[in-house]
Amino acid sequence: MSTTIERSSQYKVIGKDVLRPDGVDKVTGRAVFADDVHLNGMLHAKVLRSPHAHAKIRSIDVSEALKMPGVRAVVTSEDFPPIPEGIVKEEGAAFFALASDKVLFRGHAVAAVAADSPHVADEALSKIKVEYEVLKAVLDPREAMEPGAPVLHEKLNPMSFGARLEQHSPNALQQITSMGDIEQGFREADVVVEREFTTKTVHQGYIEPQSCVVDTAPDGSVTIWSTCQGPFRHRDNTADLLQLPQNKVKVIPTEIGGGFGGKEVPYLEPMAAILSRKTGRPVKITMSRSDVFEGTGPACASYMRVKFGAKKTGELVAAHLYFCFEAGAFPGAPVGGAVGIGLGRYKIPNQLVEGFDVVVNKPRTQPYRAPGATQIHFATEGVVDELCEKIGMDPIEFRLKNVVQEGDRNVQGVPFLRIGGVEVLEAIKNSDHYKTPLEGPNRGRGVALGFWRNGGGMSSCSISVHPDGTVSIIEGSPDLSGTRTGIGMQAAETLGIPFEDVRITVVDTDSVGYTMGSWGSRTSFATGWAAIEAARDVNLKMVERASSIWSVPPEEVEVSDGTFYHRDDGSKKFTFKQLAARLNATGGPVVGSSVVDPTRGVGPAFAANVVDLEVDPETGKVTILRYTVAQDVGQALHPGMVEGQLEGGTVQGIGWALNEEYFFDNDGQMRNSSFLDYRMPVALDVPMIDTIIIEVPNPGHPYGVRGVGENNIITPPAAIAAAIHNAIGVRMTDLPMSPGYVLQALWQQNGH
Amino acid sequence: MAKVIVNAVVNGEPVEFFCEPRQSLLEVIRDVLLLTGTKEGCNDGNCGACNVILDGVLVDSCCVLGVEAQGKTVETIEGLAGTDGDLHPLQRTFLDLTGLQCGICTPGFIVSAKALLESNPNPSEHEIRLGLSGNLCRCTGYDKIVLAVQEAGKMLTEAKR
Amino acid sequence: MIDFDYAVPTSLSEAVSLMGSNGGSARMLAGGTDLLIMMRAGRRLAKLVVDAKSVPELNELSLTDSGLNLGAATSCKRIWDDEPVVQAYPALNDSASIIGSVQIQGRASVGGNLCNAAPSADCTPTLIVHSGVCTIAGPNGTRQVPVEEFCTGPGTNVLQPGELLVNIKLPSAPTNSGAHYLRFTPRNEMDIAVAGSAAFVQLDESKQNFASARISLAAVAPTPLFAKAAGDLLVGKPVNEESIQQAAEAAKAVAKPITDMRGTVDQRIHLVGVLTARALRKAVERAREA
Ligand SMILES: Cc1cc2nc3c(=O)[nH]c(=O)nc-3n(C[C@H](O)[C@H](O)[C@H](O)COP(=O)(O)OP(=O)(O)OC[C@H]3O[C@@H](n4cnc5c(N)ncnc54)[C@H](O)[C@@H]3O)c2cc1C
Ligand code: FES
Ligand code: FES
Repeated sequence: MSTTIERSSQYKVIGKDVLRPDGVDKVTGRAVFADDVHLNGMLHAKVLRSPHAHAKIRSIDVSEALKMPGVRAVVTSEDFPPIPEGIVKEEGAAFFALASDKVLFRGHAVAAVAADSPHVADEALSKIKVEYEVLKAVLDPREAMEPGAPVLHEKLNPMSFGARLEQHSPNALQQITSMGDIEQGFREADVVVEREFTTKTVHQGYIEPQSCVVDTAPDGSVTIWSTCQGPFRHRDNTADLLQLPQNKVKVIPTEIGGGFGGKEVPYLEPMAAILSRKTGRPVKITMSRSDVFEGTGPACASYMRVKFGAKKTGELVAAHLYFCFEAGAFPGAPVGGAVGIGLGRYKIPNQLVEGFDVVVNKPRTQPYRAPGATQIHFATEGVVDELCEKIGMDPIEFRLKNVVQEGDRNVQGVPFLRIGGVEVLEAIKNSDHYKTPLEGPNRGRGVALGFWRNGGGMSSCSISVHPDGTVSIIEGSPDLSGTRTGIGMQAAETLGIPFEDVRITVVDTDSVGYTMGSWGSRTSFATGWAAIEAARDVNLKMVERASSIWSVPPEEVEVSDGTFYHRDDGSKKFTFKQLAARLNATGGPVVGSSVVDPTRGVGPAFAANVVDLEVDPETGKVTILRYTVAQDVGQALHPGMVEGQLEGGTVQGIGWALNEEYFFDNDGQMRNSSFLDYRMPVALDVPMIDTIIIEVPNPGHPYGVRGVGENNIITPPAAIAAAIHNAIGVRMTDLPMSPGYVLQALWQQNGH
Repeated sequence: MAKVIVNAVVNGEPVEFFCEPRQSLLEVIRDVLLLTGTKEGCNDGNCGACNVILDGVLVDSCCVLGVEAQGKTVETIEGLAGTDGDLHPLQRTFLDLTGLQCGICTPGFIVSAKALLESNPNPSEHEIRLGLSGNLCRCTGYDKIVLAVQEAGKMLTEAKR
Repeated sequence: MIDFDYAVPTSLSEAVSLMGSNGGSARMLAGGTDLLIMMRAGRRLAKLVVDAKSVPELNELSLTDSGLNLGAATSCKRIWDDEPVVQAYPALNDSASIIGSVQIQGRASVGGNLCNAAPSADCTPTLIVHSGVCTIAGPNGTRQVPVEEFCTGPGTNVLQPGELLVNIKLPSAPTNSGAHYLRFTPRNEMDIAVAGSAAFVQLDESKQNFASARISLAAVAPTPLFAKAAGDLLVGKPVNEESIQQAAEAAKAVAKPITDMRGTVDQRIHLVGVLTARALRKAVERAREA
């Protein structure tokens, strides 16, 4: 809540809490989310899901379902063209075409029914007869790597988040990187700590379930209204699976009720398109909450083994990180990313990182806010905390000693530009929170440091200038949290016009150039950059126009802060509005456009946390008393929204730390697939989160922007584990640190 | 069972609609009355996205049957802003204090907070957190929602003076 | 959800006859916070849903010299809105104000909580320690059943097809008595008890000794559990930590929990001890204030 910003803003629009353009619609209920789309003649579909974790499908009989009054069509994998090689397989998207020969997890979609009402569709599901031959399932990644484990796939696709992995065993891929000589490193260490850690499957927990409305026209072209993070990926996957040209699939991203990585892939759209084709009517599919838990992609569970060695004086000298990520039914856990950032925040001369992407009979996982990083930080920061204890060093001083700084090299050997690791640590050290001693029994304080690489990639944007001097911006990044505001602000800043003169809209895949999805902390950075470039294009064209109106060479016309003027002749001057008014009559309107792919300017970022908590020694329950997060955001575009990111990510991290988990039974069935038993924090579970916004401008971006959205979830589990240790003297090595687990740890400590 | 006719007063307007007994009040509001500001997040009483005020009582409309609205008043998010488009103080403070990110939980929170402030115009932070615990927000971490409700409470109390 | 008919009786006799129709596949709807969720999940079926909220007897909430008449369909909200009832039965308020959320409490009834017969039901232990008695109406007239005998297993109760619960009567609280219900949940709100404990105590005139006590437990047996022995052993004992711990141990001894996603056997038995001690301490405090 209380916020400190350390900054010096030189901007007119950027850095102000402007009113978000979609705000009024969202507080009045007017905003249209996918399930709010109603088309004439629309049918409702429901999805039949596998009751088994692993089984062969012997037969599917839909005849009884089709006989039910009100049922219009059924789709199974047979209705899809043969799955093409290439991108669809590479991205593991094949299973959006429904299970064909095998089901690989409980919740795997097998068929869908379109009917006049959702109730009829639901009833019809029970009339579909599927004969299964149940196979032995494997649910634990370490067991899946053993010889003789049940095998899920004939072949594993080796791509993970753009990185290529090696086959390790039938169910596992691996990636190994190393630097220096770790054996030598550990010999040089005065203190070595080694521990094992595990984390459970957790869900992004967005409040809006997956939903889409799909209308297939008689000519076969498909229009999709969908709650999706990446409309272009939805389009491409759908076109591939239906074998349609990409210009015959149009995805209209609706408002989106949260995603956090979970809405990157089209679970429903391809099957809805076929149902719509079969019936000639638009089809809506909205998941139930249990569908969301069992049929979408949660974040991966993990097993990790970490060994760190340090000198008595605090320098880290060697590190070995071994981790298995549970990918679920198809490979694609964020191993590549985690290998890249796992140890990236510290200068460690000798290191070995071994990461495994392991398939098991559970839902295919998806990214969740800084994919892989929360798990890895829980383990590695846990070991760092223990090293600090052993050496007897303040945990912040230890981290200050080891944190990477400008000029240090990352794992790929590339030197860092300016980064804010020291700044976030100093901010915590100097915070009122850290300086205030914590008193009372069973209370503890913990700190942790998090590091995230952030993302770049392709984005497109165009800006039309209207005769009255207002502009319309269109872009292709679904707005999960207010990003269109920050993108519009960057355009307004570049054009030198007030934010109120900008109207910004997220448009469909036919209306704007290719734009990667809203993920990886890339949206404000990359699509923002696209908006800047489009605005620069507008400025360029308006300069040309002014020069032609004044009959002077364009080199003599300059623009600054929304004013166009002749270099030497003070009488030749237009405001943005004056020039805009002349455009139509002097050669036509101006439209600026841009396509950017700023992968090189991406600025990695740090966050540090300090948390105070109290443990009830009788029940094991942890109460968070005070929480402060400092994060380097590069440049805060809209400070209110930036704080919101820090607060929201931190509370998600608290949920992950304390209570959230998929509770699977021995048959691979999730037993807690509702918000009642999948316990995300409610308002009463958390205190106000104090935020310290650090602005270390990213030298790679015109306005210094770094991604903000992900870093904040990385550290809470580690910080909380350290605080629990500080409170009761027990090292927590498994997530979640739920009351039952804390109680058990206390019992063990007391020889119970 | 065949559809039945239900008469209710929704956002001050008398309405008559047809519904099947198995349709929830939430389905009726969204699919029959086409008031899609009320959202579905869980359909089992755990998220509050579907909150409406039924005869003065805050309810999860997914846990109520549409037929139960017979003879009752229903207030939804669409009924909050004044007819001239003036925002309700809660809508104002949620906007001004960044009390929303994705916005899917927002209508539910605003309706729920309205009921809270009607029974307790000047709630403490704890009372707000307790009162709003039936509403899940996954984006904001609740800080700014709590502040927005506190501020709206003050505005409403001032206005009454 | 499977289709059904819906009826709104306005008298008890009409309700009884509707419940008896349809070959016993009628179900009563009070707040619907269990029924509708379960029907949606296919875990309960009904051809006819009978709305309890327009039957006067089912909606009574009256405090008399002889005690409380709690109509089965009375919502939790009506309880915590009723200051005299809260004063007279604070433990009932403890239960009614932790079920779900404010939104749930606006609908959820005490009778529904009891009839649903979940082992974790938060009102039932309180009704048990207050020596509540159920009035049941059916085709063959009415009968009375003590609350502790009402639930017969997870989701099952003594109601025969066609019968319905009319009300629960709580005797008035004797002098020098106090009661408290609490539960343990990982979250602070919106959660189901891992374990729960209700305690009722009556102290002697000096307020230094237990005259009588009743203890009841949630979520540690197939039904809400009346831990009779644990309460009985307090009779005549001095009010001190030793007595309280003895009762807590006795409560632990009768708990027969299972391990599931909400907790393990060991954790639940341990919590029974912790919660029972806490419930007793608070009940004593209330008895001394009374
Ligand atoms: C989100 C959520 C959270 C919850 N949290 C809790 C909690 O914290 N603690 C807790 O104990 N419960 C909780 N519950 C369960 C539920 O709210 C309570 O059990 C509630 O008291 C049920 O009351 P109701 O009036 O809604 O019952 P209904 O759903 O109307 O009825 C429940 C059952 O009893 C039957 N029934 C109802 N009245 C009668 C009658 N007069 N005669 C015969 N049969 C009858 C119904 O047919 C049905 O089978 C929660 C439920 C939800 C959805
Ligand atoms: S949709 Fe009704 S409470 Fe979630
Ligand atoms: S703003 Fe997204 S769930 Fe609350």
